[in-house]
Amino acid sequence: MLKTFPKGGVHPAESKYSANSVIEILPLPKTVSIPISQHIGAPSKAIVAKGDKVRVGDKIAESTGFVSTNIHSSVSGTVVKVDDVLDSTGYKRPCVIIDVEGDEWNENIDRSTDLKKEISLTDKEIINKINESGIVGLGGATFPSHVKLSVPDGKKIDVLIINGVECEPYLTSDHRLMLEKAEEMLVGIQILMKALSVNLALIGIENNKPDAIAHLQDLVKSYPGIEVHALKVQYPQGGEKQLIKALINREVPSGGLPLNVGAVVHNVGTAFAVYEAVQKNKPLFERVVTLTGISVKKPSNFMVRIGTPVIDLVEAAGGLPEDTGKIINGGPMMGKSINSLEVPVVKGTSGILIMPVEKSARKKESGCIRCAKCVSVCPQGLEPYLLNRLAQLEKNDKLETGGVMDCIECGSCAYTCPAGLPLLDYIRLGKSRVSKIIRTRKQ
Amino acid sequence: MSATILFTIISLSAIGATAAIILYFVAQKFKVYEDPRIDQVEEILPAANCGGCGYPGCRGFAEALVKADDLSPFFCPVGGNETMAKAADILGKAVEAKDPLVAVIRCSGSPIHRTRVNKYDGASSCAISSSLYSGETGCQYGCLGLGDCVDVCDFDAIYMDEETGLPVVIDDKCTACGACVKACPNIIIELRKKNKKDRKIFVSCVNKDKGGVAKKACAVACIGCGKCVKVCPYDAITLENFLAYIDPNKCKLCRKCVIECPTSAILEINFPERKAKEETADEDSKTQVKETNARPAGEKENDIK
Repeated sequence: MLKTFPKGGVHPAESKYSANSVIEILPLPKTVSIPISQHIGAPSKAIVAKGDKVRVGDKIAESTGFVSTNIHSSVSGTVVKVDDVLDSTGYKRPCVIIDVEGDEWNENIDRSTDLKKEISLTDKEIINKINESGIVGLGGATFPSHVKLSVPDGKKIDVLIINGVECEPYLTSDHRLMLEKAEEMLVGIQILMKALSVNLALIGIENNKPDAIAHLQDLVKSYPGIEVHALKVQYPQGGEKQLIKALINREVPSGGLPLNVGAVVHNVGTAFAVYEAVQKNKPLFERVVTLTGISVKKPSNFMVRIGTPVIDLVEAAGGLPEDTGKIINGGPMMGKSINSLEVPVVKGTSGILIMPVEKSARKKESGCIRCAKCVSVCPQGLEPYLLNRLAQLEKNDKLETGGVMDCIECGSCAYTCPAGLPLLDYIRLGKSRVSKIIRTRKQ
Repeated sequence: MSATILFTIISLSAIGATAAIILYFVAQKFKVYEDPRIDQVEEILPAANCGGCGYPGCRGFAEALVKADDLSPFFCPVGGNETMAKAADILGKAVEAKDPLVAVIRCSGSPIHRTRVNKYDGASSCAISSSLYSGETGCQYGCLGLGDCVDVCDFDAIYMDEETGLPVVIDDKCTACGACVKACPNIIIELRKKNKKDRKIFVSCVNKDKGGVAKKACAVACIGCGKCVKVCPYDAITLENFLAYIDPNKCKLCRKCVIECPTSAILEINFPERKAKEETADEDSKTQVKETNARPAGEKENDIK
């Protein structure tokens, strides 16, 4: 009997078309637009101006607080301007636009490919290095990683959880990374263990990736303290609360963080980025992005420089299919449509999904029939139909007592609703209103 | 038998009388004094309970009025000056007349002027659409056209024009309660002075992009050229973030800026049609009037009306 989280969840068709495509290095784009805020927290501040020459790995925007991070150039060339560009949020945001000239790297980056296992830095130095290298959670939430590693006084962490679940259908970037960069990733996990001073790391992988599980189980024999666990396929197992429950059977309290139950969760992509930053001195300026879809000619996984326009990926995968209805940044469950192919790839872009017209349209809305399917699939044990109605009526106090802040926005409710109601849209709206109220109350 | 009935009547009456006496003294002891003027004031309020005054309903407003020493920060947008004067009479306080306001829609981005570059098929709510992305057009500031303002209006004073996809305010019904102003996520709707004959001049655009970008997204966008600022004899127009704004308190409705605007972003509403030798109220504008022949003034009005 495989482990999984006990409450709710759905199992959409997996559709992992790109699972066998080896990670290809995408050719350098002509220009990149690097948003100067790609993470949750305080926006960074650009430190380059028009006409500046930059090299790969040079810092172009710096962190403006504790929950903030640095941004590094992903290419070498000249800064054309710092201007507002449409990004994956659907709004124009300030970006550093760089014309690519050659591929000259910052001299501090170690470009050799040999595995460096020896960890020479101390825990404080590791956290500083991660902060300096601009590493954020690469699972999609883009929360600055050094914040998660800086455990407040009085809290005790006893286990590091590595998220290799990739429960979103279609996406395979983490899967390929676990197959192709497994050793680097394991050293990255060791670095994270050292930073947190824990002796146990658990890697959770869903059972639809047997090759990755076997490969890692084979390798971890020489890495003491790291265990690989196969999990039953169930969406949204990649949510950190669900993964903690599945792996170590602890429940993160309402409004709490994983560190309340002695755990810290990091994504496999983050572990790999940590390895590169700490061992190779390479800041985060590229990541693996899956480009996939039913009608895509060549579903692929690319190693992409941050700031590359999505169109470059689409063309490398055989062009935009004729029946394209929606282009989604992320997976089909939690991803968000983008409204232009010029949108740049950012640190949080795990995949670009191209959905055909007939699959992309929303279901026709009808009335709620009180079937409570949404209640049974909610992994957080909420009542989505009720929260939906309360949000429409702006009953913010009842929304709060109804636990709207515990919603992880996985979309299982809207996915399962037979009446096609946009449950998550309204719940998210209510959640943002309630969180605003909570913030003003704290002040 | 009759003795039982008699006994019942007597005992019940006795209990009733005792209870009445107790209740009378309790009521005296715990009496809550309520200013009778609250009821009087509430009586003359419009009972719309719209919340436009900022208080929870008309009763709440009446209580606030009775408590206040100075009535100047208070205003009932539905009842207007008349109601405020009556309330002031009851309370024996002075109140100054305020200019009546009306909601105006500061966006003229109909599909003719603002091409749709993508299609939104999510939940039909401006608040949700704006939380997801910048909208169906290239302009991230303009009207999203999903009608949150229509939904919140208690007075049926706004409807969506099917042709333009923009909301239209019915001036006579609008009470300037401000519900639509709060509901609009892009802050397009503004309460402006309701001038004589409902005449209004305002910049019908909220686009803060640079001129070229704004113009590309929408043919009737304010491009921040500043021509109106220069031509305005009353310093009523300010330019900030490539967007002009006409201060309703300074504007004297001379219409010079309307002629000057290269993108027709400034609208004039409820003015008589311009004639070649029209005499406007303002002497200074005579020189400008000649140019009006070339201007399709009527077309602009059609956009919003």
